[in-house]
Amino acid sequence: MRRVRILVFVGVCALLVTGCGAANSIVNPKGSEAKSIAGIWWVAFGLATFVYVVVSGLIIYAITRGHRKGARTSGLRENSFIWVGGVIVPVLILAVIAVLTVQTTASLRAASPDELHIDVTGKLWWWGVRYPASGIVTANELHLPAGQPVDIHLTSDNVVHSFWVPQLAGKEDVIPGQPNDLRFTAKTVGTYIGECAEFCGLQHAHMGFRVVVQTPADFGRWVARRQIAPSEPVSDEAAKGATIFDAQACAGCHTIRGTSANGKVGPDLTDFGSRPTIGAGALENNQQNLEKWIRDAPAIKPGTAMPSFRSLSEGDIAAITAYLESLK
Amino acid sequence: MAIHTKVNEQLEHELEEKWTDEPGIPGFFNTVDHKRIGIRYIYTAFIFFFAAGAIALVMRVQLAQPNSHVLSPQTYNEFFTMHGTTMIFLFNTPVLAGFGNYLIPLMIGSRDMAFPRLNAFSYWVFVLSGILLYSSFVIGHAPDGGWFAYVPLTNTPYSSGINIDFWGIAVVFVGISTTVGAINFIVTIFKLRAPGMTLNRMPIYVWSMLVFSLMAIFAVPAVTVAASLLELDRLFGTSFYHVAGGGSVLLYQHLFWFWGHPEVYILFIPATGMISMIIPVFSRHRLAGYIWVATALVAVAFISFGVWVHHMFATGVPALALSFFSAVSLIITIPSGVQFFAWIGTMWKGVVQFRTAMLFAIGFLLIFLLGGITGVMVAILPFDWQVTDSYFVVAHFHYVLNGAVVFPLFGAIYYWLPKMTGKMLSERLGKISFWTMFVGFNVAFFPMHILGFLGMPRRVYTYDAGLGWDGLNLVVTIASFVFGLGALLTLFNFLWSQRHGESAPPDPWRADTLEWATTSPPPEYNFAKIPVVTSRDPLWDEQPLRVAEPGPEPLSALTATGALEKTMPVTEGMDAKPQATLGIPEPSYLPFVAALGVGGLFVGLLVKAALIGVIGVGVGALAVVWWLWRTDEDLR
Repeated sequence: MRRVRILVFVGVCALLVTGCGAANSIVNPKGSEAKSIAGIWWVAFGLATFVYVVVSGLIIYAITRGHRKGARTSGLRENSFIWVGGVIVPVLILAVIAVLTVQTTASLRAASPDELHIDVTGKLWWWGVRYPASGIVTANELHLPAGQPVDIHLTSDNVVHSFWVPQLAGKEDVIPGQPNDLRFTAKTVGTYIGECAEFCGLQHAHMGFRVVVQTPADFGRWVARRQIAPSEPVSDEAAKGATIFDAQACAGCHTIRGTSANGKVGPDLTDFGSRPTIGAGALENNQQNLEKWIRDAPAIKPGTAMPSFRSLSEGDIAAITAYLESLK
Repeated sequence: MAIHTKVNEQLEHELEEKWTDEPGIPGFFNTVDHKRIGIRYIYTAFIFFFAAGAIALVMRVQLAQPNSHVLSPQTYNEFFTMHGTTMIFLFNTPVLAGFGNYLIPLMIGSRDMAFPRLNAFSYWVFVLSGILLYSSFVIGHAPDGGWFAYVPLTNTPYSSGINIDFWGIAVVFVGISTTVGAINFIVTIFKLRAPGMTLNRMPIYVWSMLVFSLMAIFAVPAVTVAASLLELDRLFGTSFYHVAGGGSVLLYQHLFWFWGHPEVYILFIPATGMISMIIPVFSRHRLAGYIWVATALVAVAFISFGVWVHHMFATGVPALALSFFSAVSLIITIPSGVQFFAWIGTMWKGVVQFRTAMLFAIGFLLIFLLGGITGVMVAILPFDWQVTDSYFVVAHFHYVLNGAVVFPLFGAIYYWLPKMTGKMLSERLGKISFWTMFVGFNVAFFPMHILGFLGMPRRVYTYDAGLGWDGLNLVVTIASFVFGLGALLTLFNFLWSQRHGESAPPDPWRADTLEWATTSPPPEYNFAKIPVVTSRDPLWDEQPLRVAEPGPEPLSALTATGALEKTMPVTEGMDAKPQATLGIPEPSYLPFVAALGVGGLFVGLLVKAALIGVIGVGVGALAVVWWLWRTDEDLR
């Protein structure tokens, strides 16, 4: 029996360690809020382990006590036992937790004068991203300067979503008719996974995004690059693709700055070539996947507003792909 | 063992004649016997339990591996919606009502519930609302907006099909059943206790059902309003939740959770009540801190109405308000702590017998301990911002709503089923079932905490490889099948016992409460002579148990004469002094017809056919008028 218990203990510990070390974990924080929360978690975890071990120990003692050799009638005083175990000790533990909670809460999500404003809009099922100060518009990808506080202004014109980047901060819901603000400071350079955490319909599972945290200098370069409209197509094929993009339905739904494509239904594709995924995390962004996506997006992400373009020839699809991948 | 509540054979025969339902189909539809209705509630609820469990297992197959195509996203969404809706509305609440229906009149020494016909009505409403909800599967348009059905996703234009209407209408429909059932419990508990069973001597399980009922009466209207306003928006174009029309999205969430959080305790409190009955009997020691436990139950009822916003910590409600709800959510753990130490103290002072029912109770303690601890964690406001709507929360509430409710319920099956069916279950198979469920449960649900830490959101129909979620999900899926197998073993045990089980004696566990003072199964009238109670544990303290005899008792309803006249004694609410006599109505089809009428109204709304609705209301109203009209005559 003891061996089994040790095995279970080791197993649980191994699981916990996997949980902590892994890349996307909330206890591997890279932002100010995630860091505070991870701190409070470790305190809570310590207290929880203490409580679980003590109370389950009491349970095991209580159920075996009467079976021990020479067990006598217990002199346990019921009232005192309940007072101490059920009231006094819990109140002390909860008081510690309450103080920590109030303190931590007060220090989080506070406005700061030098914060960078970013408008994020929850769509079905992707994220629109806009930097009001520089006018940059992109989708499913946020770039943040490390060390500078950000204010992510969350709006939705459809259903409720929730904005979550586990390693940077907790969730904030994206609610129609009630704009919310999520404020934190990204601390460490890197790319972090974000996702929608409130059930929002058919493709709730494919409403992912990436947050790229850069050094302030790199972030500055990114802003500068994004403010220049895309250059002329780099190859003949891309040029052909640009023509088809404009002529076909594409331009009716998507915007590519500096061209006549200015649709607002789908994501802005001005910097599409530099994005890591297609369809808000439905596919990795590469040439082959993009061709698949253009040919029949609903087969990959059922419910998406993007129609299938089986009517286009393979050559046309390849040309559009070349064009979009060149937009960096 | 002598059964002191019994009478001689000739009288017994007369009673039998007076009380027995008609055989066959008529008796099935017109019975008002609380025991038949209670068992029927339990069986029906367990059918829904196994259906919703099977749905969950299919979802687990879909999630066993990344990017899997076992279920389409649409079907997956329908499945998790139906799983949650079924477990909350069609399994958990009704199964507790079923046990309450069966056990409460027996435990308080009565011959039936206060309103036997209302009792039948509440069962028929429950089963009809279940049929209405599941007919959505038949036509291929099951609800797909989650069991919580947040607007605007569930409102037009985002959900324009009939799917959500099934949900909204079934929720309002089944709410009627819960509410009338609750009223029935409250009156029964306050007015029908055996002489001498003061509030202070009432079994803790009865306390828990009293709290369950009082909470249900105050909480259910909120979800009825939430779902009704949704249906008004959907069917009649109002704008309660349409932002463009001046409505509010958060209004829905407030209404829903104002019911939703008390509901968690509504489901959980009777389960703890069952534990408070099982632990003392198998510890051979009376419950430690009876007053503590009763007070804790009542305290939970009050506090639980002040915590609902902890489901909305991430909705942008101002931080000061959130801190208040965070604090109350921490405070509500104290009554649970009190109960916990009362149970441990009871076992400590006694000598524990490891029967199957007790194993389930101990398993419950270990599971609820963990679920309670993670409950404190999610009350920590900033921590909740991280884990809400992730698999951490899925793990947490399955520890409390599956582990800490289903384990007591299975314990209750092993403990009380012999009373209900007259057959003992196999202890051996029961223990195998327990261990399979216990291991399966923990291996299935513990890793979900870690999945939440790794950023896995709830309600996703699939996920990508390479996020570190694959291995854990596979483990969860395998273990969930083990858990399901364990539950099936108990189902098998039940079926086996009906044919091969030993006959159950009146009191197989040498227990303390009145349901064990009659035969297994009890006669239709429960007690020919009503017990007279002088202690909290009458069967332990009163040897022999005192029963009402003609002569010294002020009411003939207490004695066998009363049973022959189909009456039961009414006692005073606090100190249970005999007060009046209440007639028990004859079997009647009216509850069934009234339920059909109400069902007609809801079907009419669902298919947008005014005629069906009008006919339904007409039939229902007629049935109710007739029902009330005949009452005087029935009472002589």
